Amino acid sequence: MSAPETLHDLTSRQYKYGFVTDIEADAVPRGLNEDIVRLISVKKKEPAFMLEWRLRAFRHWLTMKEPRWQNVHYPPIDYQDIVYYSAPKPKGGGPKSLDEVDPELRRTFDKLGIPLLEQQRLAGVAVDAVFDSVSVATTFKEKLAKVGVIFCSFSEAVQNHPELVRKYLGSVVPYSDNFFATLNSAVFSDGSFCFIPKGVRCPMELSTYFRINAENTGQFERTLIVAEEGSSVSYLEGCTAPMRDKNQLHAAVVELVALDNAQIKYSTVQNWYPGDAEGRGGIFNFVTKRGACRGKASKISWTQVETGSAITWKYPSVILQGDDSVGEFHSVALTNNRQQADTGTKMIHIGKNTRSTILSKGISAGRGQNTYRGLVKIQKSAAGARNYTQCDSLLLGSRCGAHTMPYIEVKNRSSKVEHEASTSKIGEDQLFYCMQRGISAEDAVSMIVNGFCRQVFQKLPMEFAVEAQKLLSVSLEGSIA
Amino acid sequence: MTAPLLRIRNLHARVADREILRGIDLEVGAGEVHAIMGPNGSGKSTLAQVLAGRETYQVTEGEVLYQGKDLLALSPEERAVAGVFMAFQYPVEIPGVGNLYFLRTALNAIRKRRGEEELDAMDFLAFAKERMKLVAMDESFIGRSVNEGFSGGEKKRNEIFQMAVLDPLLAILDETDSGLDIDALRIVASGVNSLRSPDRAMIVITHYQRLLDYIVPDRVHVLGSGRIVRSGDRRLAVELEENGYALIEGEPPVRSGGEVR
Repeated sequence: MSAPETLHDLTSRQYKYGFVTDIEADAVPRGLNEDIVRLISVKKKEPAFMLEWRLRAFRHWLTMKEPRWQNVHYPPIDYQDIVYYSAPKPKGGGPKSLDEVDPELRRTFDKLGIPLLEQQRLAGVAVDAVFDSVSVATTFKEKLAKVGVIFCSFSEAVQNHPELVRKYLGSVVPYSDNFFATLNSAVFSDGSFCFIPKGVRCPMELSTYFRINAENTGQFERTLIVAEEGSSVSYLEGCTAPMRDKNQLHAAVVELVALDNAQIKYSTVQNWYPGDAEGRGGIFNFVTKRGACRGKASKISWTQVETGSAITWKYPSVILQGDDSVGEFHSVALTNNRQQADTGTKMIHIGKNTRSTILSKGISAGRGQNTYRGLVKIQKSAAGARNYTQCDSLLLGSRCGAHTMPYIEVKNRSSKVEHEASTSKIGEDQLFYCMQRGISAEDAVSMIVNGFCRQVFQKLPMEFAVEAQKLLSVSLEGSIA
Repeated sequence: MTAPLLRIRNLHARVADREILRGIDLEVGAGEVHAIMGPNGSGKSTLAQVLAGRETYQVTEGEVLYQGKDLLALSPEERAVAGVFMAFQYPVEIPGVGNLYFLRTALNAIRKRRGEEELDAMDFLAFAKERMKLVAMDESFIGRSVNEGFSGGEKKRNEIFQMAVLDPLLAILDETDSGLDIDALRIVASGVNSLRSPDRAMIVITHYQRLLDYIVPDRVHVLGSGRIVRSGDRRLAVELEENGYALIEGEPPVRSGGEVR
C-alpha cells in the first residue's frame, strides 16, 4: 500500500458508536414558543424564578440573529422543527438504585464501555449519566455528601438547592450572552450541578457521560460548577452519540465559578457522531463554556479532546478577575472527512498578575477544516499580566485545511503576551521511516498524531489520557482499537 | 557455495518519467561489506530506497532476490521483518514520540510478526542501554523525541543505534558519513564495525572514500548513470580519491572531496 493510499484508507473509517437505543421518550411537541418554555418548566416542576429566567431568555432570543462570523458552513437550522424536551420514560416507577435503571439504557452504556457498576467499584469515579435530557443514574452521592460536595443533576439542584442555583446561574454566561447560550437558557432540559464548599478538596474525580438519543431532539444541557474558597475539583465530561441521518443541534452551556484560591480542572473528551464521509448527519456542537476566576489566586483549567461532531464551535474561556489568578486552555481538535471545527479560547485578564496559557493542537484529515480562534485580552487594570499561546496544526493529506486566527488586545504596558504557531504535515517521509523500521502504516499514523498531541494528553487525568489516545486512533482509522 | 544473501539482476528503476537505475547487477554475501560510490545523480540513494521499498520509485525491469526470495514483492515493513534495515541519509523527526518508545514499537512489531515474544518496557530499556554504548549515546537520548532537535551527528548515531537494536541481516547505510565531523565519523564507524558479523551483510553508500578508511569494505563498486561501471577491492576507492569520478566514462569531472553539502 502506498503512503497516499494508506492515508486515504486510514482517514475513511466508520463511526464506532453508531447505534440507537429503543426507549420510550416523553417528549413535548415540536417547535418553540412561550408555551413550550412554560411546558418545560412545568414538566420539571421548577420554582417561579426559573420560569421567569427562561422567559426573559426566550424573549431576548427572539431579538437575536444567529452568528455568521465563524469559519464553519451548514444549512440553515429550522428552530421550529426541533423537539425541545424529551425524557426517557421509566417503565413503571423511577429507578431507586442503579439496579432499577432501564436495562436497555444499561446495555447502551455497556456498548459504550461505561459499565456503571464497574466504574463505581474499580475506578472510584462518580457518574452522573445524562441520557437524553434527564439524569437517570447518579452515583457516589452519599460519599460526596459526607464532605459537603453536592454533585447532582441540574433538575435536582433546582429542587434541592434553589438558593445556590439562583445565586450562580447565569452569573458567568448571562442569559443574553449569545444566540445559542440564550436559546439554551430558555429551553435547557438538564445537566449537572456541582458545588464544592469552602476548603474541601473533592475526594474523587467527577464524571458525566452525555449521550444524545431520541431523534431530532436538540440537546440543551446546562452545567454549573462552583468551587468555594480554597476548594478544588476535577471534572470529566465525555460523550458519544448514536448514528443519525439528520443533523442534531447541541447547544450546551457550562459555567464555572472559582472563588479565592479555588481550583477547577475541567476535562472533556467529545466524540459525538461526526456525520458520514460525505458530511451527512452528525452533531452540530455549538457550546458556550466559560469560567470565572472570581477570587484571588484561583485557577481554572480547560482541557479538551474534540474528535467528534460534524461542526464544533466552542471557546472555553476564562475571565481572570481575581489578582494572581490563572487560566489554562489545552486543546486537541481533530477533523476528518467533512468535519469542521472552529474552536479556541478567550482569556480575559482583569486582575493584577493574572496568567494564562493556551496550548492548541489541531489535526485535519480528509476534507476536514480546523480553525483555531483565540482572544487574549489584557485590560488596563491587569498590571503584570502574562499570556503564552502555542498553536500547532497537523495536516494529513492535501484536501484538508488548518486556520489560525489569534486576536490580541493589550491595554496595559506591564503585561507580556507571547504567541507561537506552527503548521506541519504528516509526510510520506515520516511514514516511510516508521515502516522501514517495521511499523505498519496505520500504527505509524496513530503514533505520529499521538506524539503531536502529547503535551495536551499530559494534562488529562490518567484514565482519560489513555481513552483519548485510543479515541484519536479510532478517529483516524478503524482497525487499531 | 551457497547463494548470496542479496542478488540484484538487471535492476531498472524510475521516478516519474526519469530512469535512474539502468541495469544494476550486484551480489552481496552474508558477512560482506560492499561500498557503493559514485557522483551525485548516479543512482546510489535510489538503489538504497528501492531496496528498502520506497514507493516513489518504480522498478521497471530486473529482480532482487533476498535469501533467495523476491524482495520487491514485500512491503517496507515486511522487508524490515525479514531483516532489511536502512540507515537514512536524512533521518526523520517525529515530535512528541519518545526515541525509545519508537524503537520498542518497531522492535516489537518485528518480533511479533516473526512469532517471537515482545519485550516489555523494562527488558527493552536494559537492552537498549547496552546497545547505546556502541555509538556512545548518553542516556539523555532516552527522554527525547525521535530525532527532534538532534544535531546531524546525533541523528546519524541514532540510525546506527537503531540498527544495533533491530539487528538486521542486511544493513544499507545511505551516506551515513554526510554532514559528520571527524569525531562523529569515528564514533559512527566504530559502531558500524562492532556490528560486522559473519551473518550480516552491509551496503555502505558514500560519496567519499574518507568513510572507507574507517569502515573497510570487502568490495567497492562505482556507480555511473545508473549502472555499476567499475568494481574492485578497496584500492579502487583510493584510486577514486586520487583521480575523482572523472575517470568514469560519460561523467563530467567531479573532484572527490570538493563538494559542498
